[in-house]
Parts: sequence; structure tokens; C-alpha cells
Amino acid sequence: MKIIAKLMASAALCTASMAHAGELEVTHWWTSGGEAAAVAEFAKAFDATGNTWVDGAIAGSGGTARPIIISRILGGDPMGATQLNHGRQAEELIEAGLMTDLTELAEAEGWKDLVNPSSLLDACTFEGRIYCVPVNIHSWQWIWLSHDAFAKIDTPVPSDWSEFAAAAPKLEEAGIVPLAMGQQGWQQNGAFGVMTIAIAGLDAWRKVVVDKDADAARGPEYAAVFEAAVDARNFAANSNVQDWNLATNMVITGKAGAQIMGDWAQGEFQMAGKVAGEDYTCLPGLGVNEILDTGGDAFYFPVIDNEDTKAAQMALASTLISPEVQVAFNLKKGSLPVRGDVDLSAANDCMQKGLDILKAGGIMPSGDMNLTADTQTQIEDLMAEFWTSDMSADDAQERYADIIASAE
Amino acid sequence: MSSSSNARKPSGLFRNLSAKIASVPMVLTALVVFVGGTAWTVLYSFTSSKLLPKMNFVGLDQYERLWSTRRWLISIENLAVYGFFSMIFTLVIGFTLAALLDRKIRGENVFRTIFLYPFALSFVVTGLAWQWILNPDLGVQSVVRSLGWESFTFNPLNDPDIVIYGILIAGLWQGTGLIMVIMLAGLRGIDEDIWKAARVDGIGTVKTYIRVIIPMMRPVFVTALVLIASGIIKIYDLVVAQTNGGPGIASEVPAKYVINYMFRAQNLGQGFAASTMMLVSVIVILIPWAYLEFGGKKRG
Repeated sequence: MKIIAKLMASAALCTASMAHAGELEVTHWWTSGGEAAAVAEFAKAFDATGNTWVDGAIAGSGGTARPIIISRILGGDPMGATQLNHGRQAEELIEAGLMTDLTELAEAEGWKDLVNPSSLLDACTFEGRIYCVPVNIHSWQWIWLSHDAFAKIDTPVPSDWSEFAAAAPKLEEAGIVPLAMGQQGWQQNGAFGVMTIAIAGLDAWRKVVVDKDADAARGPEYAAVFEAAVDARNFAANSNVQDWNLATNMVITGKAGAQIMGDWAQGEFQMAGKVAGEDYTCLPGLGVNEILDTGGDAFYFPVIDNEDTKAAQMALASTLISPEVQVAFNLKKGSLPVRGDVDLSAANDCMQKGLDILKAGGIMPSGDMNLTADTQTQIEDLMAEFWTSDMSADDAQERYADIIASAE
Repeated sequence: MSSSSNARKPSGLFRNLSAKIASVPMVLTALVVFVGGTAWTVLYSFTSSKLLPKMNFVGLDQYERLWSTRRWLISIENLAVYGFFSMIFTLVIGFTLAALLDRKIRGENVFRTIFLYPFALSFVVTGLAWQWILNPDLGVQSVVRSLGWESFTFNPLNDPDIVIYGILIAGLWQGTGLIMVIMLAGLRGIDEDIWKAARVDGIGTVKTYIRVIIPMMRPVFVTALVLIASGIIKIYDLVVAQTNGGPGIASEVPAKYVINYMFRAQNLGQGFAASTMMLVSVIVILIPWAYLEFGGKKRG
């Protein structure tokens, strides 16, 4: 009730404050150091086209920002453009006709041939029309290892998960937290997803997440994943931070041995002046299964009934995907560009690894594209509980399977 | 009777016409926004609405799912624990402070201001402040340890079993001041002669408070009770600021479940079902109380 009243109030207040011609308010949740530096590249390029980028950064992770963004669109106070993870999050907004159709621009610029992997554009496509611009490829499947931490215990930096698990007790003895983990559901859920791919393999994952096969979720492959997750939970027992970048910082400063986190962690290492391969190592797929998911960020353009604004929206859409901007943005962000035809020789060790995997076709669709926000929230809730309690692997697996069984 | 009076003057409907016209907007607001909004919410809680409300009925599915969700059960349990202790401690501490202030102590104004001050802070500020106070590396624990008691452990916010008590402390700190002031106003309304009579009869101070004064303050207690109860049901911002439901889901509360499922999980039906259950629980408590208070025989 309270929220509805708030929505009404904000809708009434704000409809009057439409943006000026060529001025676009862009909302996003890129607020950590590396992210902010990357988004500034977008703003610079967009301002150079004669329009004005009005920054609407929303602090907190996507979980905080997304409801604000969606309630503004639903409440009749749409921003000029907004970041969302593509996939099923915006499906109903598109269905309700609240998002601008970008198909014409996409055809004129030939996005279909540019965007690689093509699944990114598919995720933006709804009933044959294109509604968003993919801007980067983010993959979750990375573990970041601190060279300092392993030097302290005189152990070579592990090259896969089982080596890491073997070294973990030694790290603990030396007073180092083996695994840094922010105590937030999405991080725990993400880490679990990474372990799934690495340990259960792609086929089992596909059966569970794409086909929603609850029996597969009860199977032995997943049992192994939950066992490993129990180990990881013990490794992370002394990690008392909340935000992901604070957890990354533990790895940067050598207070923690490793962190399972997506490639956006890269931006933080870069900001801290660390060099891949010397100060830290990244292992795609935990060093076991070198497969990356191709989730990522995309920009959506809510429908605004104003020709000037519409023109500015199209200009922004075209800017976001242009080759120069793609390179500048992704180098700062630590993510991979969405087009295969750009020169990324400036990319570092970790990004090169990622690019090579993309070229070799080691890709899978991301969870965002297959599970609804509802199912993901349920899984996040389960993970939040699992990671902070002493829930047994069997119990967790059973409840996970129940959620999959009821998923749409 | 009525037919004869009808002939002479208009019916009661038109008496005080201007006053009734003036109250129409508020009546409409109450009907449309509160009653209408509530009915709409209850209706859609029986649908499978996701991000947008849609009219495809699924019966009690949302409720079945709700009551088999661990997070909801934990939320209800937390609310019960928080509500029970918050109710008791707020009343007891509030009344005790008020009674102490009422003993005509020196510097009453200063104490009253100090006790009431936390109420001027929002729940978000309260939550953040207590997050720091209860943080083992910054707050109480480290202070006591630095005083020499090395083994002292007080870390409620990171312990799933007692985290709700950490929130309770913050809630009490914020809320008791107001109740104290209300109680103090009630105590000041007690006739001085009552005290004199009690003294003449040789009744002790504490006994006078319990046997005589408190029963006389019944309306004040009802007011305090309603204020505390409504504060308990709607607890949300304090939890968000202090623990954000953590560690894990150990300090989740129902209002937070509603918001999360409506907007983050994009499942309106589930959120509506949860908010309907909150409404039902309020009604279940309210109806017997209203019956006792207003129904039956009128009290002298």
C-alpha cells in the first residue's frame, strides 16, 4: 500500500519534469571505482555527439537499483535510457509497450552481423523486434587468486579448484581467509553457479537451468556441487564483508586467498594498479571447465513521447555499440566487447584469456536468460540461508530441486 | 413517529450539511485508497500476476507457496519475537522512566530530552548507528575488549540465532522515548489528591502505582499499545538499514518479503499474498480487542 501511494505521488510529481531536447537521463548501477571510470567513457562519447548525458547512477547492486528503475518506468516517469541485464527482466515491460523498438536502427547498422556471440542480440529480441543494445559481455566463471597470499604460505598459485581446496587449510593457518565472499545473496548464488559449471559440467547445468529438470537437480552431479559448496562455505567462514568490491579488495591486499567473482572484479584490480599474472591470477571456469556465460549489461530505452528525446535515444544507442566506445568502455570495465571486429590488443592477460575462450566458442547462455527474476530470487534466498547456516548439502540440494521443479 | 417528523423537518441526512460536504474528500480517499486498494490487493493475490497485474486466477496457489517458503516462516517468527519483546519492554521501560521522571527529580527537562531524542531520528539512521555500535570491530565489543576484558563477545548482528535481538535493541532505543512521554503525560493527569489519599492510607509508592495509578491510566495504555503495535507490524526500514535481512535470511521480516517479491522478484501475486496475510494477522489481533474495548457493556 505504502509503495503504491509513493508510486502515485512520484508519478504525479515527475511527469512535468521531462528532459530537454538532446538531454538524456541514464540510470545505471555502476558505482564502484572501475565501473564509474568505464561509464564515464560512455558519457564522454555521448556528449561528443552534441547531446548531454545526465548521469543517474543508483548506488547498490542491481537488486537495489532494478526495482527503482522499473517502478519509475511503470509509474510514468521514465528515464531516457537505462541499464538492465538483458534477459527476462524486461520481458513484461516490453510486452506492455513501455520500451522503444530499436529494430530500424539495428537493421541500418547491421547489428545482426556485428554482435558476437549472437545470443546477446537474441536476448534483446522479443517477438522478432530488438529492444535493447548489448554493451558488454560479462561472465561469472572466474576465480581470482592473490599471489601475495600464496607466497606467504610458500605454495605455488593453484591452477584449479581442487588445488585451491587443498591449499586452503594452510592459508587458514597463516591467518588468511581462504575464500573472500561478500555476504549477499547474489554473490553467493553467483559463486554457486560458477561451481556448478565447473563441477557438474555443462550438460547437467543445461538440464537443470534450461530444461528445468528437477530430477537432474537431485542427481549425483549436483550432489557433488553442493558438497563443494559446503567446503567453500567453510573457506569463507571468516569473510565478514558485504559488498563484492570489498571482498575483491581482500584479495588485492592479500588478506584473502581467492574470490569467485565475475570478470567485473578485473576493473578493481586495474584501479589498484595490479598486473594480471604478476600480482593476481584469474582462472576461467575455476580452471576446470573453461566455459564462459554470456550475460552482460544492456541498455533499454523507455518510450518517451517526444521527437527530440527519441532522436537522442537513437544517437545514444548507436554510440554505445560503436567500435571506439566499445573498446574504451570495456578496457576500463574489464568486460569483453560485444562485437568481434574490434582491436583489443591493449587488453591484459585475463581479458585475452576470455577473448580466446569466446573465439573457441566456449560459451553458454547466462542464467538471467533462462530463469525468471522470481525463480532467481528464490534461489538467492536459499543460497543466502545456505551460506550463513550449517545447512547440510543434502537439504540444500533437495530444496534447490524443489525450486527448479516449480520454476516456469 | 418517523413519518410524522418527516413531514416537518428534513431527515438527518441533511443536518450539518456543510460539515458533511467538507468531509466528503476524506471519506472518498479512505474508501478508494484504503478500502479500494486493500480489496484490489486481496483480489490480485489470487492471480498469477508477475511484473504487471493480470487477471488469471490460480486460486490459493500463491498462499500455498507462501506458507511453504522458509523465508516467510522465518519472517513471521522474527516478527513474533520482535513484537512480543518490543511490546513488553517498550511498555515496561517507558512506564518506569516516566514514573521516575514523575518523582519530581532535578533536571527532569534534561532527562526527558535525552530520552526522547532518539525518536527524532529516522529508522534508517537508527539502523545504521546501531549497525556500527554492534559491529564487533568498531563498537561495544571492541570497547569492552580494549578495557581489558579480552574474551568479551557481543556480536549479535553476525549471529543468525540472536540477530533479531540486535534489531530489537535498536528498536527499543528508538521507540521507548515516545512511549515514556505519553506515559508521563498520563501520570501528570492523575489528580494530586489520589496520591494524598494513598499516603493517608499508608500505601507504598510502588503499590500505589501498580494498584491505583496504572488502572486509572487505561486510555493512555491503549494509545501506547496501538502506537507500538502499528510500529511492530510495519517494521521494515530498521531491518533494511541495520542488517538487510542478514546474515543470510535470519533477520527477514514480512514487510521486507512483500517488497522483495513485488519488485525484485517481479512476482506481484506472491507479494500481494504476503501483504494480505499481514492484513489478516492485524485483523485477527484487532477484532477481539475492538470487541472487548468497544463492544459489550459500556464501562462506567
